[in-house]
Amino acid sequence: MAERAPFSVQTIPGFAAIAIFTFVAIYTPLVILVAFSFNAGDSLAIWEGFSLKWYYRAAANEQVQSAAIRSLYLAGISASVATVAATMAALATTRTRHFPGKTMIYALINQPLMIPEIVTAVALLIVFAWVKVATGHTSMIYLIAAHTAFCIPFAYLPIRARLETMDDTLEKAAADLYAGRWQVFRRITLPMMMPGIIAGLMLAFVISMDDVVITEFVKSAGQDTLPTYMLGQLRRVVTPEINAISTVVVFAGAFLVTIFFWVSSNRR
Amino acid sequence: MQNLRYARQNETVGTTTETGQDGGPNTIMQAQTDVAEPAPMPGDTSNTREIAIDARKISKIYRGEDEVRALDNVSVRIRRNEFFTLLGPSGCGKTTLLRVIAGFEPPTSGQLWLNGKDISRLPPNKRPVNTVFQNYALFPHMSVANNIKFGLEMLGKPKAEINQTVEEMLTLVQMQAMKARRTSEISGGQQQRVALARALAPKPEVLLLDEPLSALDLKLRKEMQMELKRLQHETGITFIFVTHDQEEALTMSDRIAVMSAGKILQIGSPQEIYQRPAERFVANFIGESNFLDARLSGGSVTLKAGGTFPVENPANVADGDVSVLLRPEHAFLSDAEDALPARVETVVYSGEATSMHTRLEQSGEPVKLRLANAPTGSGMPEEGAQVRIGIQPGALSVLKD
Amino acid sequence: MAYVTPESEALPLDAPAEPGALEAEHSSRDVRQRWFLSLPSILIIFFFAAGPLSVMLLYSFLTPGNYSGVKWEFSTDAWSSILMQRDIFDDTLQWADAHLSIFWRSLSLSMITTALTLIFGLPTAWFISTRPPGRRELWLFLMTVPSWTNLLVRTIAVQEMIRAEGVINNVLVFVGIVDEPVQMMFTNFAIGLGMTYVYLPLMVLPIYAAVEKLDKRLLEACYDLYASRWQAFYRVILPLVKPGIIAGSILVFVPCLGAYVVPRVLGGGKNLMFGNLIELQFGAGRNWPLGASLSFTLMVIVMVALIFYIRVTSQERKDG
Repeated sequence: MAERAPFSVQTIPGFAAIAIFTFVAIYTPLVILVAFSFNAGDSLAIWEGFSLKWYYRAAANEQVQSAAIRSLYLAGISASVATVAATMAALATTRTRHFPGKTMIYALINQPLMIPEIVTAVALLIVFAWVKVATGHTSMIYLIAAHTAFCIPFAYLPIRARLETMDDTLEKAAADLYAGRWQVFRRITLPMMMPGIIAGLMLAFVISMDDVVITEFVKSAGQDTLPTYMLGQLRRVVTPEINAISTVVVFAGAFLVTIFFWVSSNRR
Repeated sequence: MQNLRYARQNETVGTTTETGQDGGPNTIMQAQTDVAEPAPMPGDTSNTREIAIDARKISKIYRGEDEVRALDNVSVRIRRNEFFTLLGPSGCGKTTLLRVIAGFEPPTSGQLWLNGKDISRLPPNKRPVNTVFQNYALFPHMSVANNIKFGLEMLGKPKAEINQTVEEMLTLVQMQAMKARRTSEISGGQQQRVALARALAPKPEVLLLDEPLSALDLKLRKEMQMELKRLQHETGITFIFVTHDQEEALTMSDRIAVMSAGKILQIGSPQEIYQRPAERFVANFIGESNFLDARLSGGSVTLKAGGTFPVENPANVADGDVSVLLRPEHAFLSDAEDALPARVETVVYSGEATSMHTRLEQSGEPVKLRLANAPTGSGMPEEGAQVRIGIQPGALSVLKD
Repeated sequence: MAYVTPESEALPLDAPAEPGALEAEHSSRDVRQRWFLSLPSILIIFFFAAGPLSVMLLYSFLTPGNYSGVKWEFSTDAWSSILMQRDIFDDTLQWADAHLSIFWRSLSLSMITTALTLIFGLPTAWFISTRPPGRRELWLFLMTVPSWTNLLVRTIAVQEMIRAEGVINNVLVFVGIVDEPVQMMFTNFAIGLGMTYVYLPLMVLPIYAAVEKLDKRLLEACYDLYASRWQAFYRVILPLVKPGIIAGSILVFVPCLGAYVVPRVLGGGKNLMFGNLIELQFGAGRNWPLGASLSFTLMVIVMVALIFYIRVTSQERKDG
């Protein structure tokens, strides 16, 4: 008679099989997408040999170049501004008892998370269309403003989480040792909350880099970011060039997320 | 506006110290709680020169769903160069009082004076007072030396002086070898030493210690108790020590304040607190106690169990029915005629002593005796035996209920 | 030997400060500082996220402009035309069938997607949380990485799988199950598949959090009391993990309702969802007020779902 596995209370029949299937199903399309970015031929399904030609082609494409630079520029500025604002807001809304307006501040900061992107996009389109007509000004400032706003809650969450794990006796100890408010912040609070700030910055950067909907509605002519450029290309004949760009985007994103995980799990 | 206010305060301080010139040198500093409005007596304040902390009618009320009086009109004076202990069960307000002195909690009412200056309005970083926190609160992102350096840097001391003081402190707490370590890389006892060094480095006028030994194991705790006594002696700084451990308090303190429910019940030397507790709570909290019903008249009591004895009356309780305290080690087995007859109920051997639970024949009150064990370890009465209990002279003390 | 004496040697007391005055001063300064620190976030979000919603509401009561934008004339047409349309010939009101079928597609696909993510997500969450402690983080990481990978890229990955000349059809034809490629792109199936794929992590993570909190000794107790596997699952595991399931369901359902990218890429021009209908009003439809009223409607539906979600989760926090 075959030996039976010992009884485990944590086993539910079939769950492990479904879970493995799920992981395979999640990664297969991504792996194939990445694989065909190295295809020597034009096909997205028939392998014709290894080649980096689609990477060279994407890199040489001026539209891709300018969209990529625009995405980085936009995400860099928006995520930085959002992180500074979110850091201040997190300091203001944590480690305190209820104070007048706290719920309101908290609700407002999380508002962009609560509302479908398409709704915010439409509202911004309406307002910015009006402002653009009134002022004749069509720079990147609209995109930066919109991205900063929806990045704030994403930057805020990990910073707040970090602050809440922080014991305020360290700051009390510093004040006890004659540190003024600014010195306490500079020497104790800021270094202690740094992992949260870095995590928040990463997250905000990734969110801004990935945004399609709000960017699509807010951008003026000639202000394509990488995602909106790719969305536009999908209407045409698709070549592995899209896969090459996607692969770069996936790995850049995975890299940032890995940093995010590493930083936020590396609590002292 | 701010400056003006402080200027005015300094004026008042000036006058108080001036008036402080002409008073008797031997006036005993006392603390008290919960009395009626004290009569201001501007004449007699010579002792202010010896007082470090003067807390006046401090209350701290936390308002929430139910109001909590963490401190209820507490007044206490703590002398310079004194090892002063706040002792009480958890939630009695001892830590709150410490935090008010440190400046972390503004009091709801009352004033706090330090060396003749009203410091009630000063933030913690402007008070020459340092704290050793319960869990040390060492900065995890700094080395041992940088932790110790921190307060000195904040005070803007010259570099050479800082380095010298840090070396001194490291020597004082015997941590020279560890100075480059991160605070997470050293043991609990070592963290304790670093926390002490960090708080002592700026040479505060008062050092506050918030149950600093509670995280250590017994052996280390005993060592650190001696260490703290030594440091206090060497530095000459006023220590205010918070603990719920009565033994620790008795071992280390010059004076002890026993607290309960936001009030100070009694302040005195360890001997006074142990031998002459004013109230049943204090007697119960510190050491083991027998409470006997008695009738007080003049300087002596007649026990319900029989016999009349001279008695101490520290709380000036009025004549009438009272409770008196008898510590178990102040009772003994006696053959004398006037000893109280009792029956032995249980006998518990505990190494250096034997605890004997008896019941007095006449009153039916339980009395516990603590008897030193003889080297031969025999001669103790059996359970159920008839004995007579003698009381050492001066052992009885009247309690305020 | 007296230990208590009247405070005869008391220092002259200053006029005692008003009780609570110092506390009040501390707390009002504290609140002022907190407001000041929050100000940048408040202003940015007010002007570039929350505030414009009120302008959108205003636009929903205006008349469409000739080419785009609006004419400043009051009208409730944008609201009535969400569900009704005026017949061009006899001017009678009729149900707007095109809109209704889009709403139905949004609702049904969102519900199907939620159900599918639950069917795959619950076992996956359970699987992750029953891994040995060292490996658990790795599995969790593997589930989290896709959720932070660009949503458009993941949609493209699905598209390349199910295209007529994509990998799946190639395999099917090669193996001989079908003779010619199956049309999967531009169908409701494609949208449902795509949404399940991209939103699955949103189901797994909250369920994982709930399973993680579940005390595994309860299962031992449950088997000790003669429960079968099924009874243990149904009577103990499911009720205790329910808050996570509800949280995950709403986290999936809400973005499905407002989905824009997935139906645009995988559904094509014919299989619109709510989000695409809204976009249409700002493009070819040239009806900004209708777009505004549709947006507002979507927002209200989502808010109701989220308020329900907050209530459930805060209830759970109270119970826990």
